[in-house]
Amino acid sequence: MSERESTTILAIETSCDETSVAVVRNGRDVLSNVVSSQIESHKRFGGVVPEIASRHHVEQITFILEEAMKEANVSKDEIDAVAVTEGPGLVGALLVGVNAAKAVAFAWGKPLIGVHHIAGHIYANHIVEELTFPLLTLVVSGGHTELIYMKEHGSYEVIGETRDDAVGEAYDKVARTLGLPYPGGPQMDKLAHEGEAVINFPRAWLEEGSYDFSFSGLKSSVINTLHNAKQRGEQWSNEEIAASFQASVIEVLVTKAMRAAKEKGVNRILLAGGVAANRGLRKTLTEACEKADITLTIPPLKLCTDNAAMIGSAGTFLFWDGKYADDRLNGQAGLMLK
Amino acid sequence: MNILAIDTSTYVMGVALLKDGVPVGEMVTHEKKNHSIRLMPAIRALFNEVEMEPKDLDRMVVSEGPGSYTGVRIGVTTAKTLAWSLGVPVVGVSSMEMLAQNGRYFQGVVSPFFDARRGQVFTGLYRGAEGTMVSEKEDCMTIHEQWLTSLKELDEPVLFLSPDIDKHEELITEILGDLAVFGSAIDCLPRPLELAVVGMNAIVDKQETHTFSPNYHRLAEAEAKWLEANKNNVRDN
Ligand SMILES: [Zn+2]
Repeated sequence: MSERESTTILAIETSCDETSVAVVRNGRDVLSNVVSSQIESHKRFGGVVPEIASRHHVEQITFILEEAMKEANVSKDEIDAVAVTEGPGLVGALLVGVNAAKAVAFAWGKPLIGVHHIAGHIYANHIVEELTFPLLTLVVSGGHTELIYMKEHGSYEVIGETRDDAVGEAYDKVARTLGLPYPGGPQMDKLAHEGEAVINFPRAWLEEGSYDFSFSGLKSSVINTLHNAKQRGEQWSNEEIAASFQASVIEVLVTKAMRAAKEKGVNRILLAGGVAANRGLRKTLTEACEKADITLTIPPLKLCTDNAAMIGSAGTFLFWDGKYADDRLNGQAGLMLK
Repeated sequence: MNILAIDTSTYVMGVALLKDGVPVGEMVTHEKKNHSIRLMPAIRALFNEVEMEPKDLDRMVVSEGPGSYTGVRIGVTTAKTLAWSLGVPVVGVSSMEMLAQNGRYFQGVVSPFFDARRGQVFTGLYRGAEGTMVSEKEDCMTIHEQWLTSLKELDEPVLFLSPDIDKHEELITEILGDLAVFGSAIDCLPRPLELAVVGMNAIVDKQETHTFSPNYHRLAEAEAKWLEANKNNVRDN
């Protein structure tokens, strides 16, 4: 895999509301993975406020760098390169990580590596179990819903993506409609387990053969159902709404993922992104994969949500390929996965 | 003392190096271009030109604001992370104080300012004393009209320095009349070497790198709105 005996990457991730720094060895050994979440600060606004996120990142960045280096118990001489999320994400937030990474790389005389955030989410799985190809990744988070095919390391083919809301976004919006506090996703999942999927919400299959997703129609349908019920004096419980909503989301996600796996002839599926924590999704996908004899990897929660270890893992492969960034590396809100 | 100074608080991008306390170089552009892309190449180029290395540094100096939020953050993030990486202290200098240096020999007071939209400015008041600038009124964000009216009461000449001078010249003249003096186009642009020298003479606390953050002089809009909406609750608690 490498001419080197050991490769140690210092990685930085600041694309949204988590300031994270990790030290990763050989793409798999997480020597440290410090995550400072700002969620408490954004709760009162009902969502992440970009300017406030950026301010927190600046306040946190060297604290977290120091903690990650201390916890990993490595010296700067042992670091081979500095990897950082260059996008996509909130641009002001990305800029803090990118400029911090450039500063460390310059000060220590190390190569700099720009990593795509979604590549990071995919490589979180490599930390759990070495990637084998070809494989398919279902990326589900507050900002992403994508099906990505990989035939080898560093090669990404996006075969399906959301045309409107990301799945996590849809969860948060419906949760807000139900009056649940931000972030609503985990609570929706909890309620869904306590209720029965008695309402038949629409499934957005889109055109025949499409692997794209759409969740805005489902969200509107939930809102209309609540509205109509109120007018008729009926009432659905939050548990019933959550269970019915979740059933629709999961059926579409899992069905499309399994169909894509079959068409692409892969026998390995990865689940990635913050919504991978959803118990309903994990359960249904696990069952479907067992039935189809496909190996499924789901990272533990701390590697599903945004963290720098996943950036370090993906960055290691770029380092081995000599794909360095230069001093002009910039944060890019809409960076494409190539 | 070897110092690297960084200013990205406005569209001016400035990088300067002092070697043994003596200016050895600076790189400044007045283009409205991306700081995030151009700052590190400028820093590296300057080090190369004067044949210095990052490990030679004893101190980082940076303009800590007020100014463009994103601009200030790029400078502060770069400065504090360099400081941490190299184990040297970082010193923040007000971008108003930096700009005021250009009026060092003016007989009267100096009011540097940046436009902050909707009739507001980031500003401060300084006076030259034996070659350095002393703050007479704390830096603040304020309605320019009110600020100018308070300056008129001083009844002495005021030198205005600002990259946004064109936008405010009329108002200043209207309120201060003959007491208003305007800096030249060059004096209105902040210089990183001035920043470096102010930072060199500052007293530093090495423990401050981690907590060092920009001085925005203004809450994030969402924060201000939230505080306004929750005034009563916040007071009760
Ligand atoms: Zn993410």
